[in-house]
Amino acid sequence: MTGARLELAGLSKDFRGLRAVHDVGFTVPAGAIHALIGPNGAGKTTIFNMIAGVHVPTAGTVSLDGRKISGLRPDKVCDAGVGRTFQIVRPFRGLSVLENVTIGALHRRPHLPDARHAAEAILQRLGLADRRHQPAESLTLPDRKRLEVARALATEPKLLLLDEVMAGLRPTEVDVMVAFLRELNAQTGLTILLIEHVMRAVMALAAHVVVVSYGEKIAEGTPAEITRHQAVLDVYLGEEEVA
Amino acid sequence: MSRITPRVMGGLAILLALLLVAPALLGGYGLSVLILVLYFAYVGQAWNIMMGFAGQLSLGHALYAGLGGYMAAGLYFHYGIGPWAGMFVGVAAAVAAAAVVGYLGFRFSLAGVYFALLTIAFAEFTRIGFDNWPWTGESGGMFLRVERGVTDVANLRGGPVLFYYVILFLAVAAFVLCRLLLESRLGRYWLAIREDAEAAQAVGVPVLKCKMLAVTISAALTALAGVWNAFYYNNLFPETAFAMGRSIEITLAPIIGGLGTLFGPFVGAVVLTGLGEIFTAVGDKLDIPGIKQVFYGLALLVIVMYRPAGIWPWLAARLGIK
Repeated sequence: MTGARLELAGLSKDFRGLRAVHDVGFTVPAGAIHALIGPNGAGKTTIFNMIAGVHVPTAGTVSLDGRKISGLRPDKVCDAGVGRTFQIVRPFRGLSVLENVTIGALHRRPHLPDARHAAEAILQRLGLADRRHQPAESLTLPDRKRLEVARALATEPKLLLLDEVMAGLRPTEVDVMVAFLRELNAQTGLTILLIEHVMRAVMALAAHVVVVSYGEKIAEGTPAEITRHQAVLDVYLGEEEVA
Repeated sequence: MSRITPRVMGGLAILLALLLVAPALLGGYGLSVLILVLYFAYVGQAWNIMMGFAGQLSLGHALYAGLGGYMAAGLYFHYGIGPWAGMFVGVAAAVAAAAVVGYLGFRFSLAGVYFALLTIAFAEFTRIGFDNWPWTGESGGMFLRVERGVTDVANLRGGPVLFYYVILFLAVAAFVLCRLLLESRLGRYWLAIREDAEAAQAVGVPVLKCKMLAVTISAALTALAGVWNAFYYNNLFPETAFAMGRSIEITLAPIIGGLGTLFGPFVGAVVLTGLGEIFTAVGDKLDIPGIKQVFYGLALLVIVMYRPAGIWPWLAARLGIK
């Protein structure tokens, strides 16, 4: 696993005339951890879905290491090296935790015993090993979030898209996840782009933050710069009304 | 996943040995019942690939059985080509039909009952087509000549014992095939699609391709059941071969036995055929017309109410398997 460079250029998406994302462009260098933040409905998940191949952009391109991936089917995007989690977790409910991750691992390892072996190792790292024979639907929310990450990692991505994996976690659990992601990134050089509302995690992880509002990029910079950025403050705290 | 432990393996070996010697032990009636059990177990196993594994509801599987049966029987009837060759044509026809149904359904993301409606529609208009196609004898049916006391394996002509061994072979082969499929990447991808197709695609599962494989493999196996059926009963009518009722009866054994399980179709077939025979006998005793169907329907209702996941998962837990 090594990281890949993600580049978004002029990315737009209209849903039957409703403009969800307009002309968004940014770059995540190989091996970096970047965050995508913004108020609810700003278009963050739509951007993720365009990267992951769920939506075809109305305009603009997504490329991974210089290769255009926008317009590809989600499974082809996965082939290209993009792993993603879902904001609303989507485990294979009736299957065991181990089977869930094994299915991810089968992507690069066609033989079931090899895939299962790789899945065991990932579950160990994410602290889910003792629950591996439980059905996925029996897991608690924090464990389901971890399962999402484990299943995505099992496909051996070069870019990992994390859609609010910290939401619903307790502060101590957030710290555990942050430590895991940081270590993963340091060890493997995996590129990570995260959508996150938990600022504690954004500050601890991301070297660079992109802010979107109403489908447009309004700012980007280091976490420190972003917290002082006027447009960002306006979006989060509300503009002062002139009476 | 059900593990095949030495204990289960031993049980299966004993069961297979009993099935192999069954024709010597059973009378004509017993054998005919066992033939029905194996037929429903086999065809249920085939349907289970689509619904139980890949989660795609087909209520038109009579289409594939009917095509298989008509092609093989027609080639024999018109040109004297035996079913061992004819079955390839039958399977090819069913696979082609399945590819059309599957592509239309899956490419345009018809899911659940909408996909099921499409499968019913194809079976129905094939029935109407065959009703008006002279080659098939139209609605008057197609009849294969019955020669008593002749055993001609090359043309699948013979008595119940011959058909028993053929369907036993098919049932065992389908079981082994399903086991191998389930323990392969394709099988796991089917389960992933059944659970959540979008999440499956995100981890690299080529969803359309896997669904197409499920429908075509299922149709190919079902077509073989149709060939067997045509030569066993020696007659074919569009009205019954492509009937909704035929499609429904294909689905019952796996639903009652346990969807998505390897043993479910067999267990379901034993229970359903057993109940059917008992209720027929009771109905004859009571001499009330239609009482058999009433009992049968009630029994299905009770089983589905109390064992919604099917009999096998419950039975397996009781036997300590799994």
